[in-house]
Amino acid sequence: MSKKHVAPSLLDPAILLPAVKAAFVKLDPRQLMRNPVIFVTEVVAALVTVFFIRDFVTGTGTPLFSGQIAIWLWFTVLFATFAEAVAEGRGKAQADSLRRTKSELTARRLVSAQGRDTQTIAATSLKVGDLVLVEAGDLIPGDGEVVEGVASVNESAITGESAPVIRESGGDRSAVTGGTQVISDWIKVRITVAPGSSFVDRMIALIEGAQRQKTPNEIALSILLSGLTLIFLIAIVTLWGLAGYSGTVLSVTVLAALLVTLIPTTIGGLLSAIGIAGMDRLVRFNVIATSGRAVEAAGDVDTLLLDKTGTITFGNRMATDFLPVSGVSETELANAALLASLADETPEGRSIVALATGEFGCLAPTMQVDAVVPFAAQTRLSGVDVLDRRLRKGAVDSVLKFAGVRDENVPVEFRQAVDKVARTGGTPLAVADGNRLLGVIHLKDVVKPDIKERFAALRSMGIRTVMVTGDNPVTAAAIASEAGVDDFLAEATPEDKLAYIRKEQQGGRLIAMCGDGTNDAPALAQADVGVAMQTGTQAAREAANMVDLDSSPTKLIEIVEIGKQLLMTRGSLTTFSIANDVAKYFAIIPALFLATYPALGALNIMGLASPNSAILSAVIFNALIIIALIPLALRGVKYRPVGAAALLRRNLFVYGLGGILLPFVGIKLVDIAVNALNLV
Amino acid sequence: MSIIGWLQISLLFLAVLVAIKPLGLYMAKVFSGERTFLSPVLSPVERGFYALAGVDPAKEQGWRSYALAMLAFSAVGFAALYAILRLQAYLPLNPQGFGNVPPDLAFNTAVSFVTNTNWQNYGGETTMSHFSQMAGLTVQNFVSAATGIGIAVAITRAFARSAASTIGNFWVDLTRSTLYVLLPLAVVVALAFVAMGVPQTLDAAVTASTIEGAQQTIALGPVASQEAIKQLGTNGGGFFNVNAAHPFENPTALTNYLNIFAMLSVSSALVYAFGQMVGERRQGWAFIAAIAILLIAGVGVIYWAETYGNPILTSLGLDPAFGNMEGKEVRFGQAMTATYATVTTGLSDGGVNGMHGSFTGMGGFVPMFLIQLGEVLPGGVGSGLYGLLVFAILSVFVAGLMVGRTPEFLGKKIEGREMKFAVLAIIILPMAILGFTAISAMLPFAVASVGTAGPHGLSEILYAFTSAAGNNGSAFGGLTGNTPWYNTTLGIAMLLGRFAYAVPVLAIAGSLATKVRVPASKGTFPTDTPLFVGLLVGIILILGGLQFFPALALGPIVEQFAMLAGQTF
Repeated sequence: MSKKHVAPSLLDPAILLPAVKAAFVKLDPRQLMRNPVIFVTEVVAALVTVFFIRDFVTGTGTPLFSGQIAIWLWFTVLFATFAEAVAEGRGKAQADSLRRTKSELTARRLVSAQGRDTQTIAATSLKVGDLVLVEAGDLIPGDGEVVEGVASVNESAITGESAPVIRESGGDRSAVTGGTQVISDWIKVRITVAPGSSFVDRMIALIEGAQRQKTPNEIALSILLSGLTLIFLIAIVTLWGLAGYSGTVLSVTVLAALLVTLIPTTIGGLLSAIGIAGMDRLVRFNVIATSGRAVEAAGDVDTLLLDKTGTITFGNRMATDFLPVSGVSETELANAALLASLADETPEGRSIVALATGEFGCLAPTMQVDAVVPFAAQTRLSGVDVLDRRLRKGAVDSVLKFAGVRDENVPVEFRQAVDKVARTGGTPLAVADGNRLLGVIHLKDVVKPDIKERFAALRSMGIRTVMVTGDNPVTAAAIASEAGVDDFLAEATPEDKLAYIRKEQQGGRLIAMCGDGTNDAPALAQADVGVAMQTGTQAAREAANMVDLDSSPTKLIEIVEIGKQLLMTRGSLTTFSIANDVAKYFAIIPALFLATYPALGALNIMGLASPNSAILSAVIFNALIIIALIPLALRGVKYRPVGAAALLRRNLFVYGLGGILLPFVGIKLVDIAVNALNLV
Repeated sequence: MSIIGWLQISLLFLAVLVAIKPLGLYMAKVFSGERTFLSPVLSPVERGFYALAGVDPAKEQGWRSYALAMLAFSAVGFAALYAILRLQAYLPLNPQGFGNVPPDLAFNTAVSFVTNTNWQNYGGETTMSHFSQMAGLTVQNFVSAATGIGIAVAITRAFARSAASTIGNFWVDLTRSTLYVLLPLAVVVALAFVAMGVPQTLDAAVTASTIEGAQQTIALGPVASQEAIKQLGTNGGGFFNVNAAHPFENPTALTNYLNIFAMLSVSSALVYAFGQMVGERRQGWAFIAAIAILLIAGVGVIYWAETYGNPILTSLGLDPAFGNMEGKEVRFGQAMTATYATVTTGLSDGGVNGMHGSFTGMGGFVPMFLIQLGEVLPGGVGSGLYGLLVFAILSVFVAGLMVGRTPEFLGKKIEGREMKFAVLAIIILPMAILGFTAISAMLPFAVASVGTAGPHGLSEILYAFTSAAGNNGSAFGGLTGNTPWYNTTLGIAMLLGRFAYAVPVLAIAGSLATKVRVPASKGTFPTDTPLFVGLLVGIILILGGLQFFPALALGPIVEQFAMLAGQTF
């Protein structure tokens, strides 16, 4: 396993200090326009500041009060920009380490395709189609494709995986990434991506947030938040007229305070931080998304298309059982199989040795082997001659022929054992000692131990898993039922995959899949979430909207969870933000009209000390809650695979009900502090 | 509050509950174009109308042409009604010889009936000829209701369909809802009213000599027929000025029952029909549950507030056992007045059998608040359902993300476009209600129309614009609304509340129809569970409450607290 990038501590001063500075820079109204809720807050803060200055200079009104309101309104804006800056800072910390590998890269461009004459130029001046030579010790100057040669490449700068990988021309291992280092040999690379839009560049851009585009759901949510802001603006502006009718003249300061506490500043301030943090989380899982849209889509995925090999099974068939004929003990068969496999270095052979010495307790023999019979395509069996025994294992018909057993003489148990293994999707290997049939070895695709539970968890999330395999339907069905997938695609060609994805999409489902080969590219492009392996071809990586740097096919499951976590965090904080408003009304409305209508004091259920302290406390609480929720926004609300109904119940309870109740306590506590400090 | 009172209330809601399913199934059939038991009689009539109007019933419309047809039809309806009112003196069936209706009042009244509001700035029996009542107002009572139903059915289809470009044909929906739903029901209910003693005549008013020898004019007319459609179409415009409190319009406890039943059943059944048509009956019931919870809570609050009475009057020696009977008819009592007031405002009916302005602060708060919630309980025929759907979309959007998927409702993704139009729709009510109220509260000549001092005066203005923008039509009383200012502004508020809301709703319908319906899974936000019902109730109360709480605090809320504190104004 590769090492995960570790999340920087929330209190890392290397991130917090620049973030404080960035928070002030972000006050620029031209930048804040992108965030209507916080922009309105800034305008209101500026307005109250003007009134404070007027009060202060002319000595009228209550400068102490309006000054404090102004300060806390500015803090509200600053806390929001700070939240975004912190999220960006954490992304930047990763981007910087990537960028270091890229800086001052030079390229040795080949003068002609045939020779090895090169000219050295800056990597940034490379063009698509240029051929470059990279030799041992050189950094690859840009994303491209190997056209000639084989080399081992250290891609740890990108993947964190220190073992070098082989890159060679042709086939599925021809793609190389700029910034990685050739360790041995040499390759000629055709540059396929213009500098500035390479993989690392895109990765840097996405986590830095500079080019961050709002995702579709973020846009929809922004529309709702702007709408709510507008509604509250109407409610507050008209309140001035209604209050006038009732004989109360409301000051701009208190109206501004009421407005800012009502508009959804909490979610408005944290929205972009949530988005950046989600992207950042993905990067920490060593997955690069080429758009935020893909991360959001990941949360919506209904169907996962998973390759059998490597994802669901270990990839190699392994011996799981010995089935002896009558008159032969299991141990005897195991011993014979062990001997026959001693010289077999294939994974299957090793798995037989492992099974015999492990589960069956056979001891590895020490005797001298007389002759080794290697596996050959013609004989389809292998084995050893030891002492006077001729032990063989291999395909059933080959071993029968070797043992000279005619079809009609094959023992019934042997035939039954062979059938049993084949029926369950396994491969039977026969074992014989000379002309004596000993039994059958059950070879099967071994399903990874915890995969069934993961699929069950996915099912409870409402996600179907579909296994894609080149196996025949019988074998596929057996493995599918053992692994607990919902459906399988046997003898699947790339066209089958594409057709399956299209069919599912027509039914309104969102599909995620991963792949690495060039022939996977159409399906990767068609899928809503296509994850290409870092080891895959350039075509696959271009077609996908995410790249997994660890090249681990099970990563899809984590990607889905990260997508869901992002959406949940957004929804929970929105609910919380709106629910908060209830308490703020109970704090501010009685405070505004107590002088005119003493009877409204009945609404002051928090028992806040005075009208001014009530208003100030609500504003302070409203600002502080943004800071308090930054860790949650960055970390994300925890996702549990328990099904939508249970998730909803829990989150509604915590963020809905909690959102209604918490501010009653919070505002009261702030009010106690405000009065203890004699702030009003 | 008494057990008898609650029994009356329960029995009524039970009767409606029983009627919901058969009526809803029938309506679902009608709007799916299926044959019903009335088809043999009505089908030829229906085809005749299409032939006459040159409408191809098989040709469906996209949301834009649907909206254009709806707007054009309403505009023509407005022009025709305005003309009738302005030319009333020259038109037939005017036994009382009423003159032409003045321009501002005619504008207000025409808008009022075309928008299904039926706000009445006039006294019916002293202003409107029988012709104006029947050919003008009653026609709009039918077609404005049918228009609302049409819009609701259009958005229902948008949910039911997958990857569709059309949402139905406005002319077909209009014709079918009038012909198959409203007309047959109106005939039955009108006859029932007649049997229960409601007058139905084309004669002029009768002049009687009282025992003291004074002359008394007893107004008569085609009351029963108008009363039937007034309730079935959630119109609320009464024949008489005092509406259903009038002994001819609503003579007995039984007619009162039928009144409430008639207004509640059609709207509720439409919610059921929604569930049926989208293939999710449980969704229909979930909506009905949310509606029932809020309605019963509303009844409970008014009933409690009115029986609790007014401690100031008690201190003056009034027997507190009777509670607050001001503005109520003895033949209905507090329970049935509370129920009528809740239902008429939870719906967009606007008929009244008691004067909401005479209720206690809390009692007056409920009707006003229910209208401000957008009249979704279950709302005006059609308009209530689509208002409810907008709320459901908002609920799903806010809370739906919490299950870790982008929001979807009934398999349709709720995205930026839907949100944009939903926001456009919900912004209309606060803008029209709070905007006009605040302006009126600051203009001296507008304040001059107010009949009461203190917070109650503000409540009168607030209620008027609430009622107009919500297309409710009930009045708080006290405010002299028949002035150029109020005739005009209330008219504008009604237009905004109807059309500036309906067009975005149709746009949402158009957008949803094109989407593929995503099959539900365990990961899908469940919208037919008690949890969702609770969430929907919460969102309706919180969103509605947050918008209007400051205004309400200065009106009915402070009034209640002041009354309890013994303060008068």
